[in-house]
Amino acid sequence: MTRIIVAITAILLAGIGSVVSAEVPLQRQTELLHLLKHDCGSCHGMRLEGGLGPALTAQRLAPYGIDFLALTIIQGRPGTPMPPWRPFISEHEARWLAQQLKQGIRP
Amino acid sequence: MRLIRYLLSALLLYSGQASADCLTRGTGDMGIVIERADGSVQVLDRRAHKSLFRIEGLGDLSHASAVYSPDERYAYIFGRDGGLTRIDILCGSITHRIVQGGNSIGGAISQDGNLIAVSNYEPGGVKIFSASDLSLVADIPSTPVNSEKRSKTVGLVDATDQRFVFSLYDTGETWIVDMTDPANPAIQKHTQIGQLPYDGLITRDGRYYIAGLFGQDGLALLDLWHPEQGTRLILKDYGKGEQKLPVYKMPHLEGWAMAGNRAFLPGVGHHQVLVVERGEWNPVTKIPVHGQPVFVMARPDGRQIWVNFAFPDNDTIQVIDTESLQVIKTLKPGKGALHMEFAPRGEEVWISIRDKNELQVYDTRSLELIHTLPAANPSGIFFTSRAHTTGL
Repeated sequence: MTRIIVAITAILLAGIGSVVSAEVPLQRQTELLHLLKHDCGSCHGMRLEGGLGPALTAQRLAPYGIDFLALTIIQGRPGTPMPPWRPFISEHEARWLAQQLKQGIRP
Repeated sequence: MRLIRYLLSALLLYSGQASADCLTRGTGDMGIVIERADGSVQVLDRRAHKSLFRIEGLGDLSHASAVYSPDERYAYIFGRDGGLTRIDILCGSITHRIVQGGNSIGGAISQDGNLIAVSNYEPGGVKIFSASDLSLVADIPSTPVNSEKRSKTVGLVDATDQRFVFSLYDTGETWIVDMTDPANPAIQKHTQIGQLPYDGLITRDGRYYIAGLFGQDGLALLDLWHPEQGTRLILKDYGKGEQKLPVYKMPHLEGWAMAGNRAFLPGVGHHQVLVVERGEWNPVTKIPVHGQPVFVMARPDGRQIWVNFAFPDNDTIQVIDTESLQVIKTLKPGKGALHMEFAPRGEEVWISIRDKNELQVYDTRSLELIHTLPAANPSGIFFTSRAHTTGL
């Protein structure tokens, strides 16, 4: 029982942690959305409706979790043209971007 | 009473003229620039360095490109959202507009100027339209990838003998479509050309079609004088043993530069311009440059090569001398230097600087900036001289 409570608490804390870590300063948010529109957009479409890369609309991304999407941004997808954005985007910025995408943002 | 009628008819005549405010001039020194974020196009006078019109309502123009009618009066603009728009550059107006697909990547005009072909990612395939009214002439679906999806088509160009050539990204093919009889397109398919062709080009003389491959080293070459020989892999050892860098922007092959007997092309995943001998297609050398090249374009006389770069180096342009194979100038025109277009005789080059909302004009002899024009997030620049060049 205690073990379960600990596990639940850990999960909840992890949840809070990720919310906190997804906070990005306003100016950086603007930069990230510019990057999303113009640089991600060169493959995924400026309106994120797809191109050589898949669409990044909320509907298209519905099957995927925030963690998976953030990891894809950071590490890329080997075997596809998706490059790792780690040099330019931090992990918590990637989580924030993934959240925006899941919420259906159109930059 | 008669006077009033006269005044009324004069007024009508005047307003009629005012609404049809078309220019009376030649178009040989004109062009357009795509304003990607606004879905608009500016019509340019490239000799006067002046904007003549701004035309709005063209949809999603990220990655948009354009071709010209043989009389250089109409431009056909291919939007990302499947939009195909015909504009009249003398009147600054849209004459026809259709949305022909869900997601598109460029197009071409036939040798005789009567057909417009558009390459589609979604639904995968090529559609061909009448150049005069954009009515559908032929629909050529690509190879299915699974039950729901067909291969994306890329690298669509016009070729001699009324043909179009394009490649299939997912299935690794190059198709030649002969439109001599528009009612019966004759399709020749070359399969297994290589993995993930991402773009294609045709040499200016229309002889060679070359597809860049993302999924493997090398390029797939098709000799259009001898299509029966099929494609062959060239430069397959290029980059071997070297660590490839992540690619943040796919290079473009459209501007593949030929200078004398040498071709200059972007090294995918490398900070290099590759120099190749035409004919045998053997590598001559690699020129180290500032970043990963996107467009590698020759000044029309072949004396200089101008190169722009992928993110995060897209604030830089370098100029290479084709005799010494050295970088002779590094320019910092601003962030988002996306596209370059030379005057047909090469005295000037126009560069679009996306994040500065600016077009910059450089003198190619002094390599100095000589003029700037405002433009909203400009990308592709297209001068009317393209009307007379195979593959453009």
